[in-house]
Amino acid sequence: MRTLTVKGVRIDDTFAEAFGMRATALTVTADTPRWARQAATTMTGFATSVIGCGCEAGIDHALAPRETPDGRPGVRVLLFAVSSTELQKQLQTRVGQCVLTSPGSACYAGMSGAETLRLGDALRYFGDGWQISKRLGSKRYWRLPVMDGEFVCEGTTGLTKEAVGGGNLLIMGATAQTTRLAAETAAAAIAAVPDVIAPFPGGVVRSGSKVGSKYKGVAASTNDAYCPTLRGAVATALDEDIGAVLEIVIDGLTSAAVADAMRAALAALIRLGPKRGALRIGAGNYGGKLGPHHYRLRDLLP
Amino acid sequence: MKPLVLSLRRRPDQRLDMSPLVPHRLTGQSPAEIGRIALQTTRTPVAVGDIFDVRVGDPTHLRIEGSCDRLDQVGAGLMDGELVVDGDVGAQAGRLMIGGRLTIRGHAGPWAGSAMKGGVMEILRSAGDHLGGPFAGETMGMGGGVIVVRGGAGERIADRMRRGTIVVEGPCGAYAGSRMIAGTLVVLRRTGALPGYLMKRGTVVLGAGSEELSPTFIDCGDHELVAMRLLSDFIRGYSPRAAACLRGPLRRYAGDMAVLGKGEIFVGTRT
Repeated sequence: MRTLTVKGVRIDDTFAEAFGMRATALTVTADTPRWARQAATTMTGFATSVIGCGCEAGIDHALAPRETPDGRPGVRVLLFAVSSTELQKQLQTRVGQCVLTSPGSACYAGMSGAETLRLGDALRYFGDGWQISKRLGSKRYWRLPVMDGEFVCEGTTGLTKEAVGGGNLLIMGATAQTTRLAAETAAAAIAAVPDVIAPFPGGVVRSGSKVGSKYKGVAASTNDAYCPTLRGAVATALDEDIGAVLEIVIDGLTSAAVADAMRAALAALIRLGPKRGALRIGAGNYGGKLGPHHYRLRDLLP
Repeated sequence: MKPLVLSLRRRPDQRLDMSPLVPHRLTGQSPAEIGRIALQTTRTPVAVGDIFDVRVGDPTHLRIEGSCDRLDQVGAGLMDGELVVDGDVGAQAGRLMIGGRLTIRGHAGPWAGSAMKGGVMEILRSAGDHLGGPFAGETMGMGGGVIVVRGGAGERIADRMRRGTIVVEGPCGAYAGSRMIAGTLVVLRRTGALPGYLMKRGTVVLGAGSEELSPTFIDCGDHELVAMRLLSDFIRGYSPRAAACLRGPLRRYAGDMAVLGKGEIFVGTRT
């Protein structure tokens, strides 16, 4: 594979291949920033990959009191799924089990859209007849009596069909330590970009997968071409100087947001340099035939 | 663009039905055609041209000058645009309006905003009885929109209200929010006896309490609810004083337990 070298960091001349997804955004608020983040963290737990979790979810960014509907500190959460039906199901169970249950929380639409998902309209039955609807202007809110007062939840939230899941970068470094620092740096750069999340733990995934397996019925298995311990045993994609690989997966509400996130991550990795961080940066694809969105690394360089 | 102005020359000899004079019914009409619109409510015919001076302008910004309490149904059925009335109006101003903005720079008679469905009505002085309420035989009162009264209001305001928001910055009479089905009523000064009488659902906020609260409303304690912050933010654009009233702890009374009992009266704790 051809590579370019930018300030000592080798950039593969390849592209990340991503897929269309359904997504929604929520604003979760609470009395304190800590509890707003707690509710959001809990509801976005076990949401790293649609393959095993039903959805991919994460915190977009924190919201100051003046940015939230009720004037309290909040957090913007994004949820992605492969179908509107699955997204509705995940939204309902996650808000119902994780936000409704969190002290002092409230939950609002984080985006508008021509199409909507049921939020409070689905959760209101928890009120057992004591739920109260309040329509203010064009918005409807549900008030559910709970043990610390009331849980307020907007009736619906917006749904977008323009979302993109699976933007990615493969960060290759000399050691596990330098690679981890590089991945942390890239994840921090992505966290600052609006409308995107990196759904894996801390934004980083260490077990990249390939399609298929030698075992029957296993859809995905370890990406042996990028496993440093197999470098001599398989058709490896790794050079002699690569000792560890970490991947960053990016989901965004729009294709442009994913491109912005990858651009920010590349810029941060190049700024960090090859000595302290990544020696080489690649991206994962399936030959370009499966996913409609392609992000060529050379087009995203700073 | 200049508004279309109808200027009343003298107090009419009979009550007038002003409901034809709304922007959507005047659009595309010539001044002569507007002058021929009949307004009488007795057998003596009265047309617009007999009693109003018409100054040509944009009918979506309609203005009635020199109004008096003999003009009934001003802005009734308003759909869009703006209607500003300088002076008092009679009964049923803004009845059944579904959109637009109606401003009355004077007093309004009974049944102002009766069963309105949408839009914004502002009354700069006081409103009469049955503000937003239904006529006899109608099952629902106000079904949407916003009414703001800068002065006081009469009895039985928000009767059988179904949705929408009413703010009265002054005091009001007895039975405020009677038979409410849902919706929100905020009264900043003291109300008469028995607010929320037989209300099923809905929210009544009393900034300064009432003369007598029915024993069928049960004390649920002081609360600072998130929902009141949302309501406060929504109301701020219409009445900053009402928005301020909703901040801070409010005492919640659930009722009316004589009926369904899912309504609520909030009373300011600072009064």
